[in-house]
Amino acid sequence: MEADSKPKKSGARLCCVCNQNRAALKRPKTLEQICRECFFAVFEEEIHQVILENQLFKPGERIAIGASGGKDSTVLAYVLSELNRRHNYGLDLFLLSVDEGITGYRDDSLETVKRNELQYGLPLKIVSYKDLYGWTMDEIVKMIGLKNNCTFCGVFRRQALDRGAALLKVDKVATGHNADDIAETVLLNILRGDIASFNSEFINIRFSLWLMLGCQNLNKFSTYAYFKKLDYFSTECIYSPNAYRGFAREFIKDLERIRPRAILDIIKSGEDFRISTTTKMPEQGTCERCGYISSQKWCKACVLLEGLNRGLPKLGIGRNQGLNSDGKKDRKRDSRTPSIESKQCGSLEF
Amino acid sequence: MACNSSTCNSSGCYKGYEEEEQPKPNTKAAVNGGNSCQNLCVKCKVNEPVCCGIGGENSRFCKDCFKNNLYGKFKQAVTYNAMITPPDKVLVAFSGGPSSRVVLQFVHEMQYKAQKNYDANKDKSLPVFGVGVAFIDESSTHSFTSQHIEKAIEDIRLIVSNLAPPSKELFVVPVESIFSSDGIDGKERLKELLDAVSDVTGKEDLLIHLRILLLQKIASENGYTRIVLGSCTSRIACHVISATVKGQGYSLSADIQYVDSRWEIPVVLPLRDCPAQELNTLCSLDGSLKIVELLNGPCSGINGLVSSFVKVLQEENPSRECTIVRTAGKLTPFHFNRVPEIHDSNVPSATRRHQKRYTLKPNGSLSSDSFCPICNSPLKKSNFPSSLRSHGSQQNPDLFASACSSCQFQILPKDPSLMEEFLSLLPQQMITKAKHGDQGNFSLLR
Repeated sequence: MEADSKPKKSGARLCCVCNQNRAALKRPKTLEQICRECFFAVFEEEIHQVILENQLFKPGERIAIGASGGKDSTVLAYVLSELNRRHNYGLDLFLLSVDEGITGYRDDSLETVKRNELQYGLPLKIVSYKDLYGWTMDEIVKMIGLKNNCTFCGVFRRQALDRGAALLKVDKVATGHNADDIAETVLLNILRGDIASFNSEFINIRFSLWLMLGCQNLNKFSTYAYFKKLDYFSTECIYSPNAYRGFAREFIKDLERIRPRAILDIIKSGEDFRISTTTKMPEQGTCERCGYISSQKWCKACVLLEGLNRGLPKLGIGRNQGLNSDGKKDRKRDSRTPSIESKQCGSLEF
Repeated sequence: MACNSSTCNSSGCYKGYEEEEQPKPNTKAAVNGGNSCQNLCVKCKVNEPVCCGIGGENSRFCKDCFKNNLYGKFKQAVTYNAMITPPDKVLVAFSGGPSSRVVLQFVHEMQYKAQKNYDANKDKSLPVFGVGVAFIDESSTHSFTSQHIEKAIEDIRLIVSNLAPPSKELFVVPVESIFSSDGIDGKERLKELLDAVSDVTGKEDLLIHLRILLLQKIASENGYTRIVLGSCTSRIACHVISATVKGQGYSLSADIQYVDSRWEIPVVLPLRDCPAQELNTLCSLDGSLKIVELLNGPCSGINGLVSSFVKVLQEENPSRECTIVRTAGKLTPFHFNRVPEIHDSNVPSATRRHQKRYTLKPNGSLSSDSFCPICNSPLKKSNFPSSLRSHGSQQNPDLFASACSSCQFQILPKDPSLMEEFLSLLPQQMITKAKHGDQGNFSLLR
């Protein structure tokens, strides 16, 4: 209709899919001009296909959606509940949020999640750092300062999500990682010299649904959320500035500007890397202290927590310090082999 | 002449060392001052250190030890991978920049030593390997004055003629001569071909592919058995990132090894362990290592973005480039990433032992026998439509449908109707290779 009203304008191109409405955006993947309605349909259909192809869900499963209140997880919650209804996945969906205890950031975003709970009719569970570990991020930052605080937050969040999932008795956790996040992780792993995590992270992604939105571009998420007028929270974490990750993010933004498909190409590269089977992989065990999965004697969260409680916050950060190597000096690999959950801020986060 | 200050980096510093006398009083003063460890080369503990290398220990080598250290890395790469053996004739690709200048110097020194040994040896059983130098003149793709180019070529001739004995053959070849066998005006054709590629990065990469193809041509026409490239750690680190960005994760590990024998003439990279920064320092310290002002313009597109990204990272952490190369080095190489087996009895047993030790296990990589006709990167099985092979197609468009996804995107035209025209512009050598690639190249390797 709008196209009819101003047909002379060059901007009033028609959607390449339906040829009826005016195109509203250009898809980064194919560079096609499509209209809003077709974009919704295509976007949802692509996610549906990813779910089917990778057999992400089985009927009757209980699924927790990692919800931060940001656009990615809000879109995920919306699309998943929509698809569940439309295609009869037969899933029990829950929202799972982690409260890091960051005043002025997480408390606001949790309000958004609480509104989403009502809007989509999904039960919400919030697990807080305060309850699990006895520390809020505000308290941690007060103690250790703005440097390295993302290490604590990342390690704790990963575990908090798992513990929340256990409380909800869900079978799987779905997170809203998008293509940009994964491309960034691929790059950071190369820069960091972390070949082991190519395997473990990609296996992880495959088997714990992390890639479920990996086929989508970051822009699409904001576009989708924007057009659908979804209720989401968009503020950067107040403690997050991290130069190193910032470089990579900036680089990816620049790349996308000159070649949109570069992001998907990076992911493709990450999947195609010829990883030798003899590359040493961390073994999965359990933490002697809390029973959580760990490649070390103690899991990273326990090491960090012990450091906080003993007033030695540097414990567990860096290479040579740490409880694990304190105990047995000859177990040198403790501090060297990175475990899945001992990533610094650069690893996939929630 | 305050050369012992650890931040001094000007090229004027080496002058102090040419005049033998000058540094001595300084050194003595330092010893008397009690902080001798601070002011002596960590290696020889005799000479004053100069600021070299990438921080840490490296920063306190003296000029000679610094050079020896770099030469050691080069020599180790050469011997461990059996890159150069006595019966070989090696062609050094020389651009005039610091990396290729250093590699040329090192190859020359190695040859010089071999020659001395040969002269001293009575039975003359081990021949001395031959060295040639190839300079690819890419001026037709840039806008330089002919004066500038003539001057550069003159400088190169001088450099090469100074590296004797043993004397070295120099080939100055314009890049458009890749079309010479087609019997047409190469300059025009090259321009047409490059204009047909719309992507900036694609254009740049195509030029790189043409360059290596031309080096192959020069080497094979003149009986060379190895091509030596001066690719340094920094260059390889950039390649790792840009290949990742272009979606070439699978073939990446083929490009970054010491040896690459998927070509008719194996290509070797002896400076793989030397960062550009160290090579630049060596060139500025050693007055005899004259470099020729680069004829190549700066990178643009993806490649330019990647190199500035790596540069930023390198500033933040001086060993970042090495980490990148080390990470990518853990990826499994291909079966062609070693020199082909030597059956010649002239080869010393030590070399053969080395080669055995570093021979890669086949681990199923032999199955990947198909290569992209444009960039010659190995193709992943699943990406290669099997129906195309059984066709035995004579038509070029079909042939190039098997190009890797990266080349299809950035080099080949998207519009199928333009394909025929584009392919007619490609050099005959590339077409022939694409047609016979699978059978021809590989009979050599096995």
